[in-house]
Amino acid sequence: MELHILLLFMIFAAVVAVEVKDLLSSVIAVGAVGLGLSLAFLILKAPDLAITQLVVEILCLIILIRATIKKDLPLIRDGRWFFNTASTLLFIACFLAFAYFALKELPNFGQPIMRVAKEYIEGGLKKTGATNIVASIILDFRGYDTLGEATILFTAVMGVLAVMRKVGRIR
Amino acid sequence: MKNKEPGMTLIVKTITRLTVGLILLYGIYIVLHGHLSPGGGFAGGVIIALSFIHLMLAFGKDLALRKLGQLAASILESLGALMFLSIALLGFTGGYFFFNFFLQKGRPFELFSAGIIPLCNIAICLEVGAGLFAIFTVLILFKKSENKE
Amino acid sequence: MSVYILCLALFSIGLYCVLRKRNIIKIIIGLGIIEYAVNLFFVLIGYRMHARAPILAKDQAITNMVDPIPQALVLTSIVIGLAVTALIVAIAIRIYDKYGTFDITKIRRLRG
Repeated sequence: MELHILLLFMIFAAVVAVEVKDLLSSVIAVGAVGLGLSLAFLILKAPDLAITQLVVEILCLIILIRATIKKDLPLIRDGRWFFNTASTLLFIACFLAFAYFALKELPNFGQPIMRVAKEYIEGGLKKTGATNIVASIILDFRGYDTLGEATILFTAVMGVLAVMRKVGRIR
Repeated sequence: MKNKEPGMTLIVKTITRLTVGLILLYGIYIVLHGHLSPGGGFAGGVIIALSFIHLMLAFGKDLALRKLGQLAASILESLGALMFLSIALLGFTGGYFFFNFFLQKGRPFELFSAGIIPLCNIAICLEVGAGLFAIFTVLILFKKSENKE
Repeated sequence: MSVYILCLALFSIGLYCVLRKRNIIKIIIGLGIIEYAVNLFFVLIGYRMHARAPILAKDQAITNMVDPIPQALVLTSIVIGLAVTALIVAIAIRIYDKYGTFDITKIRRLRG
Protein backbone atom coordinates (compact mmCIF):
# COMPACT_ATOMS: atom_id res chain seq x y z
CA MET A 1 0.00 0.00 0.00
CA GLU A 2 2.75 2.48 0.89
CA LEU A 3 4.63 1.27 -2.12
CA HIS A 4 1.81 2.32 -4.44
CA ILE A 5 1.61 5.80 -2.94
CA LEU A 6 5.37 6.18 -3.22
CA LEU A 7 5.35 5.07 -6.86
CA LEU A 8 2.57 7.55 -7.67
CA PHE A 9 4.67 10.32 -6.09
CA MET A 10 7.67 9.26 -8.19
CA ILE A 11 5.61 9.26 -11.39
CA PHE A 12 4.26 12.73 -10.61
CA ALA A 13 7.76 14.08 -9.93
CA ALA A 14 9.02 12.50 -13.18
CA VAL A 15 6.26 14.18 -15.18
CA VAL A 16 7.20 17.52 -13.58
CA ALA A 17 10.87 16.91 -14.44
CA VAL A 18 10.09 16.18 -18.08
CA GLU A 19 7.71 19.02 -18.80
CA VAL A 20 9.09 22.04 -16.93
CA LYS A 21 10.96 24.53 -19.10
CA ASP A 22 13.48 25.76 -16.52
CA LEU A 23 16.45 23.37 -16.39
CA LEU A 24 17.31 23.93 -12.72
CA SER A 25 13.77 23.03 -11.61
CA SER A 26 13.76 19.84 -13.62
CA VAL A 27 17.09 18.76 -12.11
CA ILE A 28 15.63 19.27 -8.63
CA ALA A 29 12.57 17.22 -9.62
CA VAL A 30 14.85 14.36 -10.71
CA GLY A 31 16.42 14.61 -7.26
CA ALA A 32 12.96 14.09 -5.76
CA VAL A 33 12.50 10.95 -7.90
CA GLY A 34 15.80 9.57 -6.63
CA LEU A 35 14.86 10.28 -3.03
CA GLY A 36 11.56 8.46 -3.49
CA LEU A 37 13.49 5.54 -4.96
CA SER A 38 15.70 5.39 -1.86
CA LEU A 39 12.57 5.24 0.33
CA ALA A 40 11.18 2.49 -1.92
CA PHE A 41 14.35 0.46 -1.42
CA LEU A 42 13.90 0.82 2.33
CA ILE A 43 10.29 -0.39 2.14
CA LEU A 44 11.41 -3.36 0.03
CA LYS A 45 13.86 -4.43 2.78
CA ALA A 46 17.11 -3.55 0.98
CA PRO A 47 19.14 -1.32 3.34
CA ASP A 48 22.43 -1.62 1.39
CA LEU A 49 20.76 -0.22 -1.70
CA ALA A 50 19.03 2.59 0.18
CA ILE A 51 22.33 3.95 1.53
CA THR A 52 24.06 3.67 -1.84
CA GLN A 53 21.20 5.20 -3.83
CA LEU A 54 20.94 8.18 -1.46
CA VAL A 55 24.59 9.20 -1.67
CA VAL A 56 24.88 8.46 -5.41
CA GLU A 57 21.79 10.62 -5.99
CA ILE A 58 23.39 13.57 -4.20
CA LEU A 59 26.55 13.29 -6.30
CA CYS A 60 24.53 12.97 -9.51
CA LEU A 61 22.61 16.15 -8.63
CA ILE A 62 25.85 18.09 -8.07
CA ILE A 63 27.24 16.99 -11.44
CA LEU A 64 23.98 17.81 -13.27
CA ILE A 65 23.75 21.27 -11.70
CA ARG A 66 27.25 21.93 -12.97
CA ALA A 67 25.99 21.26 -16.50
CA THR A 68 22.90 23.45 -16.28
CA ILE A 69 24.63 26.53 -14.98
CA LYS A 70 25.48 27.54 -18.50
CA LYS A 71 22.25 28.19 -20.29
CA ASP A 72 18.50 27.95 -19.90
CA LEU A 73 17.02 26.87 -23.21
CA PRO A 74 13.26 26.97 -23.87
CA LEU A 75 12.13 23.95 -25.82
CA ILE A 76 10.45 25.00 -29.04
CA ARG A 77 8.47 22.65 -31.21
CA ASP A 78 8.15 23.33 -34.92
CA GLY A 79 7.85 21.40 -38.11
CA ARG A 80 6.09 18.07 -38.12
CA TRP A 81 5.63 17.93 -34.39
CA PHE A 82 2.18 16.33 -34.40
CA PHE A 83 3.28 13.33 -36.42
CA ASN A 84 6.38 12.86 -34.31
CA THR A 85 4.52 13.00 -31.02
CA ALA A 86 1.77 10.67 -32.25
CA SER A 87 4.23 8.05 -33.50
CA THR A 88 6.19 8.21 -30.24
CA LEU A 89 3.04 7.67 -28.17
CA LEU A 90 1.98 4.82 -30.45
CA PHE A 91 5.34 3.14 -29.98
CA ILE A 92 5.16 3.53 -26.19
CA ALA A 93 1.60 2.09 -26.18
CA CYS A 94 2.77 -0.95 -28.19
CA PHE A 95 5.69 -1.41 -25.80
CA LEU A 96 3.39 -1.29 -22.76
CA ALA A 97 0.98 -3.79 -24.34
CA PHE A 98 3.76 -6.31 -25.02
CA ALA A 99 5.16 -5.71 -21.55
CA TYR A 100 1.78 -6.51 -19.98
CA PHE A 101 1.67 -9.87 -21.73
CA ALA A 102 5.21 -10.61 -20.62
CA LEU A 103 4.55 -9.58 -17.02
CA LYS A 104 1.76 -12.11 -16.69
CA GLU A 105 4.33 -14.91 -16.88
CA LEU A 106 6.25 -13.70 -13.87
CA PRO A 107 5.50 -15.20 -10.43
CA ASN A 108 3.18 -13.15 -8.24
CA PHE A 109 4.52 -10.12 -6.48
CA GLY A 110 5.87 -11.30 -3.14
CA GLN A 111 6.49 -14.97 -3.88
CA PRO A 112 9.79 -15.37 -5.71
CA ILE A 113 11.33 -18.69 -6.68
CA MET A 114 14.57 -18.64 -4.72
CA ARG A 115 16.39 -21.67 -5.97
CA VAL A 116 19.92 -20.28 -6.20
CA ALA A 117 19.49 -17.86 -3.32
CA LYS A 118 18.65 -20.69 -0.94
CA GLU A 119 22.19 -22.05 -1.22
CA TYR A 120 23.70 -18.62 -0.68
CA ILE A 121 21.58 -17.84 2.37
CA GLU A 122 22.07 -21.17 4.11
CA GLY A 123 25.76 -21.60 3.30
CA GLY A 124 26.76 -17.96 3.56
CA LEU A 125 27.81 -17.66 7.17
CA LYS A 126 29.63 -20.98 7.25
CA LYS A 127 31.56 -20.58 4.02
CA THR A 128 32.57 -16.95 4.21
CA GLY A 129 32.10 -15.80 7.79
CA ALA A 130 30.35 -12.56 6.86
CA THR A 131 26.97 -11.71 8.35
CA ASN A 132 26.00 -9.33 5.56
CA ILE A 133 24.82 -11.75 2.89
CA VAL A 134 24.75 -9.19 0.07
CA ALA A 135 28.40 -8.27 0.78
CA SER A 136 29.38 -11.93 0.77
CA ILE A 137 27.64 -12.40 -2.57
CA ILE A 138 29.28 -9.47 -4.33
CA LEU A 139 32.76 -10.05 -2.93
CA ASP A 140 33.05 -13.78 -2.47
CA PHE A 141 30.51 -15.83 -4.37
CA ARG A 142 30.35 -13.53 -7.41
CA GLY A 143 33.55 -11.55 -7.10
CA TYR A 144 34.19 -11.64 -10.83
CA ASP A 145 31.25 -9.32 -11.50
CA THR A 146 32.64 -6.82 -9.01
CA LEU A 147 35.95 -6.91 -10.87
CA GLY A 148 34.06 -6.03 -14.06
CA GLU A 149 32.32 -3.19 -12.27
CA ALA A 150 35.60 -1.77 -10.97
CA THR A 151 36.93 -1.87 -14.54
CA ILE A 152 33.90 0.04 -15.83
CA LEU A 153 34.33 2.72 -13.18
CA PHE A 154 38.02 3.05 -13.96
CA THR A 155 37.32 3.36 -17.70
CA ALA A 156 34.65 6.02 -17.11
CA VAL A 157 37.03 8.09 -14.98
CA MET A 158 39.71 7.78 -17.68
CA GLY A 159 37.15 8.83 -20.29
CA VAL A 160 36.14 11.97 -18.39
CA LEU A 161 39.77 12.93 -17.80
CA ALA A 162 40.52 12.43 -21.49
CA VAL A 163 37.51 14.40 -22.75
CA MET A 164 38.24 17.40 -20.54
CA ARG A 165 41.84 17.88 -21.53
CA LYS A 166 43.14 21.27 -22.56
CA VAL A 167 45.39 19.81 -25.22
CA GLY A 168 43.69 20.18 -28.58
CA ARG A 169 44.62 20.26 -32.18
CA ILE A 170 46.77 23.10 -33.45
CA ARG A 171 44.84 25.33 -35.83
CA MET B 1 28.04 43.05 -3.31
CA LYS B 2 30.64 40.52 -4.39
CA ASN B 3 32.84 38.96 -1.71
CA LYS B 4 36.46 38.84 -2.67
CA GLU B 5 37.42 35.66 -0.84
CA PRO B 6 37.05 32.34 -2.61
CA GLY B 7 34.28 29.99 -1.54
CA MET B 8 30.98 30.69 0.14
CA THR B 9 29.82 32.92 3.00
CA LEU B 10 30.95 32.80 6.61
CA ILE B 11 28.02 30.69 7.85
CA VAL B 12 28.71 27.93 5.33
CA LYS B 13 32.42 27.95 6.17
CA THR B 14 31.81 27.60 9.90
CA ILE B 15 29.38 24.71 9.52
CA THR B 16 31.75 23.00 7.08
CA ARG B 17 34.61 23.22 9.54
CA LEU B 18 32.48 21.46 12.13
CA THR B 19 31.00 18.68 9.99
CA VAL B 20 33.45 17.67 7.29
CA GLY B 21 35.56 15.57 9.66
CA LEU B 22 32.45 13.76 10.87
CA ILE B 23 31.42 12.94 7.30
CA LEU B 24 34.86 11.45 6.58
CA LEU B 25 34.70 9.40 9.78
CA TYR B 26 31.22 8.14 8.92
CA GLY B 27 32.43 7.06 5.47
CA ILE B 28 35.35 5.13 6.97
CA TYR B 29 32.97 3.45 9.44
CA ILE B 30 30.66 2.27 6.66
CA VAL B 31 33.59 0.83 4.69
CA LEU B 32 35.16 -1.01 7.63
CA HIS B 33 31.89 -2.55 8.84
CA GLY B 34 30.83 -3.59 5.34
CA HIS B 35 30.66 -7.26 6.21
CA LEU B 36 28.62 -6.79 9.39
CA SER B 37 25.97 -4.20 8.60
CA PRO B 38 24.62 -2.67 5.39
CA GLY B 39 26.98 -0.49 3.40
CA GLY B 40 30.13 -1.79 1.86
CA GLY B 41 32.87 -0.36 -0.31
CA PHE B 42 30.78 1.52 -2.87
CA ALA B 43 28.62 3.56 -0.49
CA GLY B 44 31.58 4.34 1.78
CA GLY B 45 33.74 5.43 -1.15
CA VAL B 46 31.08 7.81 -2.41
CA ILE B 47 30.66 9.29 1.10
CA ILE B 48 34.41 9.91 1.39
CA ALA B 49 34.42 11.60 -2.03
CA LEU B 50 31.46 13.72 -0.91
CA SER B 51 33.39 14.97 2.11
CA PHE B 52 36.22 16.27 -0.09
CA ILE B 53 33.70 17.79 -2.52
CA HIS B 54 32.03 19.54 0.41
CA LEU B 55 35.40 21.02 1.33
CA MET B 56 35.95 22.24 -2.22
CA LEU B 57 32.49 23.77 -2.56
CA ALA B 58 32.73 25.69 0.69
CA PHE B 59 36.32 26.90 0.69
CA GLY B 60 37.29 27.23 -2.95
CA LYS B 61 39.50 25.05 -5.05
CA ASP B 62 42.94 26.05 -3.73
CA LEU B 63 42.46 24.81 -0.19
CA ALA B 64 40.77 21.58 -1.26
CA LEU B 65 43.47 20.80 -3.83
CA ARG B 66 46.09 21.29 -1.14
CA LYS B 67 44.42 18.55 0.92
CA LEU B 68 44.16 16.09 -1.97
CA GLY B 69 45.78 17.11 -5.24
CA GLN B 70 44.87 15.90 -8.70
CA LEU B 71 47.97 13.75 -9.10
CA ALA B 72 47.42 12.18 -5.67
CA ALA B 73 43.82 11.32 -6.54
CA SER B 74 44.87 9.60 -9.77
CA ILE B 75 47.57 7.60 -7.99
CA LEU B 76 45.17 6.55 -5.21
CA GLU B 77 42.59 5.39 -7.70
CA SER B 78 45.05 3.26 -9.65
CA LEU B 79 46.38 1.86 -6.37
CA GLY B 80 42.87 0.79 -5.35
CA ALA B 81 42.19 -0.98 -8.64
CA LEU B 82 45.55 -2.76 -8.57
CA MET B 83 45.02 -3.85 -4.98
CA PHE B 84 41.65 -5.38 -5.88
CA LEU B 85 43.13 -7.20 -8.85
CA SER B 86 46.06 -8.54 -6.84
CA ILE B 87 43.74 -9.88 -4.12
CA ALA B 88 41.86 -11.68 -6.88
CA LEU B 89 45.04 -13.10 -8.41
CA LEU B 90 46.37 -14.24 -5.05
CA GLY B 91 43.47 -16.65 -4.97
CA PHE B 92 45.54 -18.78 -7.30
CA THR B 93 47.33 -20.09 -4.22
CA GLY B 94 44.15 -21.98 -3.49
CA GLY B 95 43.67 -23.12 -7.05
CA TYR B 96 40.87 -20.86 -8.23
CA PHE B 97 40.55 -17.24 -9.29
CA PHE B 98 39.14 -15.14 -6.40
CA PHE B 99 39.52 -17.80 -3.76
CA ASN B 100 39.07 -16.78 -0.15
CA PHE B 101 42.51 -17.87 0.90
CA PHE B 102 42.42 -17.22 4.64
CA LEU B 103 42.17 -20.60 6.27
CA GLN B 104 40.13 -19.70 9.33
CA LYS B 105 37.47 -17.10 8.90
CA GLY B 106 37.38 -15.73 12.44
CA ARG B 107 34.39 -15.61 14.69
CA PRO B 108 31.26 -14.10 13.14
CA PHE B 109 29.98 -10.68 14.28
CA GLU B 110 33.52 -9.44 14.98
CA LEU B 111 35.42 -6.79 13.09
CA PHE B 112 38.27 -9.07 12.02
CA SER B 113 36.34 -11.86 10.41
CA ALA B 114 35.23 -12.99 6.97
CA GLY B 115 38.53 -13.55 5.20
CA ILE B 116 39.35 -11.24 2.34
CA ILE B 117 36.07 -9.31 2.36
CA PRO B 118 37.26 -6.31 4.47
CA LEU B 119 40.40 -5.99 2.32
CA CYS B 120 38.33 -5.96 -0.86
CA ASN B 121 36.06 -3.33 0.67
CA ILE B 122 39.03 -1.06 1.43
CA ALA B 123 40.40 -1.46 -2.12
CA ILE B 124 37.04 -0.60 -3.69
CA CYS B 125 36.61 2.39 -1.37
CA LEU B 126 39.97 3.84 -2.47
CA GLU B 127 39.15 3.40 -6.13
CA VAL B 128 35.61 4.76 -6.07
CA GLY B 129 36.35 7.70 -3.74
CA ALA B 130 39.46 8.96 -5.50
CA GLY B 131 37.95 8.40 -8.95
CA LEU B 132 34.80 10.38 -8.23
CA PHE B 133 36.80 13.22 -6.68
CA ALA B 134 39.02 13.33 -9.79
CA ILE B 135 35.91 13.52 -12.02
CA PHE B 136 34.47 16.39 -9.98
CA THR B 137 37.75 18.35 -9.96
CA VAL B 138 38.16 18.09 -13.72
CA LEU B 139 34.55 19.12 -14.40
CA ILE B 140 34.79 22.21 -12.20
CA LEU B 141 38.21 23.40 -13.28
CA PHE B 142 37.48 23.21 -16.99
CA LYS B 143 38.50 26.45 -18.63
CA LYS B 144 36.56 27.61 -21.65
CA SER B 145 38.53 27.66 -24.87
CA GLU B 146 37.23 31.03 -26.09
CA ASN B 147 35.64 33.85 -24.09
CA LYS B 148 31.87 33.61 -24.27
CA GLU B 149 30.63 34.85 -20.88
CA MET C 1 1.02 -6.94 -10.63
CA SER C 2 -0.10 -3.34 -10.42
CA VAL C 3 3.27 -2.41 -8.92
CA TYR C 4 4.99 -3.71 -12.04
CA ILE C 5 2.70 -1.62 -14.25
CA LEU C 6 3.50 1.54 -12.26
CA CYS C 7 7.21 0.80 -12.57
CA LEU C 8 6.88 0.42 -16.34
CA ALA C 9 4.92 3.69 -16.48
CA LEU C 10 7.94 5.42 -14.91
CA PHE C 11 10.13 3.78 -17.55
CA SER C 12 7.92 5.01 -20.38
CA ILE C 13 7.96 8.60 -19.05
CA GLY C 14 11.75 8.52 -19.25
CA LEU C 15 11.58 6.98 -22.73
CA TYR C 16 9.28 9.75 -23.96
CA CYS C 17 11.70 12.34 -22.62
CA VAL C 18 14.66 10.75 -24.44
CA LEU C 19 12.79 10.51 -27.74
CA ARG C 20 11.07 13.87 -27.95
CA LYS C 21 13.12 16.57 -26.30
CA ARG C 22 15.59 18.83 -28.04
CA ASN C 23 17.84 19.91 -25.22
CA ILE C 24 20.73 17.60 -24.37
CA ILE C 25 20.31 18.12 -20.63
CA LYS C 26 16.67 17.00 -20.85
CA ILE C 27 17.83 13.86 -22.64
CA ILE C 28 20.29 13.17 -19.83
CA ILE C 29 17.50 13.63 -17.28
CA GLY C 30 15.32 11.17 -19.19
CA LEU C 31 18.16 8.64 -19.21
CA GLY C 32 18.43 9.00 -15.43
CA ILE C 33 14.71 8.32 -14.99
CA ILE C 34 14.97 5.17 -17.16
CA GLU C 35 17.83 3.93 -15.01
CA TYR C 36 15.84 4.47 -11.76
CA ALA C 37 12.90 2.52 -13.19
CA VAL C 38 15.07 -0.44 -14.21
CA ASN C 39 16.77 -0.66 -10.79
CA LEU C 40 13.39 -0.55 -9.08
CA PHE C 41 12.06 -3.33 -11.31
CA PHE C 42 14.96 -5.60 -10.38
CA VAL C 43 14.41 -5.17 -6.67
CA LEU C 44 10.64 -5.61 -7.03
CA ILE C 45 11.14 -9.04 -8.57
CA GLY C 46 13.14 -10.26 -5.59
CA TYR C 47 10.77 -9.13 -2.84
CA ARG C 48 9.13 -11.62 -0.54
CA MET C 49 6.12 -10.79 1.61
CA HIS C 50 6.64 -10.60 5.40
CA ALA C 51 10.33 -11.41 5.14
CA ARG C 52 13.46 -9.88 6.67
CA ALA C 53 16.33 -7.95 5.19
CA PRO C 54 19.30 -10.18 4.22
CA ILE C 55 21.44 -9.34 7.26
CA LEU C 56 21.99 -11.92 9.97
CA ALA C 57 21.41 -10.81 13.55
CA LYS C 58 23.00 -12.27 16.61
CA ASP C 59 20.36 -14.59 17.95
CA GLN C 60 17.84 -15.08 15.20
CA ALA C 61 17.55 -18.18 13.10
CA ILE C 62 18.14 -18.06 9.37
CA THR C 63 14.61 -18.06 8.04
CA ASN C 64 12.57 -16.20 5.54
CA MET C 65 14.70 -13.56 3.91
CA VAL C 66 14.14 -11.55 0.76
CA ASP C 67 16.08 -12.59 -2.31
CA PRO C 68 19.63 -11.18 -2.02
CA ILE C 69 20.80 -11.81 -5.58
CA PRO C 70 18.89 -8.95 -7.31
CA GLN C 71 20.16 -6.62 -4.59
CA ALA C 72 23.73 -7.60 -5.37
CA LEU C 73 23.16 -6.88 -9.08
CA VAL C 74 21.49 -3.52 -8.46
CA LEU C 75 24.27 -2.40 -6.09
CA THR C 76 26.82 -2.34 -8.89
CA SER C 77 24.27 -1.00 -11.36
CA ILE C 78 23.69 2.15 -9.28
CA VAL C 79 27.37 3.08 -9.25
CA ILE C 80 27.77 2.30 -12.96
CA GLY C 81 24.82 4.62 -13.66
CA LEU C 82 26.61 7.43 -11.87
CA ALA C 83 29.78 6.89 -13.91
CA VAL C 84 27.84 6.91 -17.21
CA THR C 85 26.00 10.10 -16.22
CA ALA C 86 29.28 11.83 -15.39
CA LEU C 87 30.73 10.83 -18.78
CA ILE C 88 27.69 12.07 -20.69
CA VAL C 89 27.73 15.39 -18.82
CA ALA C 90 31.43 15.82 -19.64
CA ILE C 91 30.72 15.25 -23.35
CA ALA C 92 27.78 17.68 -23.20
CA ILE C 93 29.96 20.41 -21.67
CA ARG C 94 32.51 19.89 -24.43
CA ILE C 95 29.76 20.07 -27.07
CA TYR C 96 28.53 23.36 -25.66
CA ASP C 97 32.04 24.69 -25.70
CA LYS C 98 32.42 23.86 -29.38
CA TYR C 99 29.00 24.63 -30.86
CA GLY C 100 27.66 27.28 -28.49
CA THR C 101 24.27 25.62 -28.05
CA PHE C 102 22.62 22.60 -26.45
CA ASP C 103 20.10 22.15 -29.24
CA ILE C 104 20.46 18.77 -30.94
CA THR C 105 18.96 19.86 -34.25
CA LYS C 106 21.85 22.29 -34.72
CA ILE C 107 24.66 19.87 -33.85
CA ARG C 108 24.90 18.12 -37.16
CA ARG C 109 28.46 18.43 -38.32
CA LEU C 110 30.74 15.50 -37.54
CA ARG C 111 34.06 17.27 -37.58
CA GLY C 112 37.19 15.76 -36.18
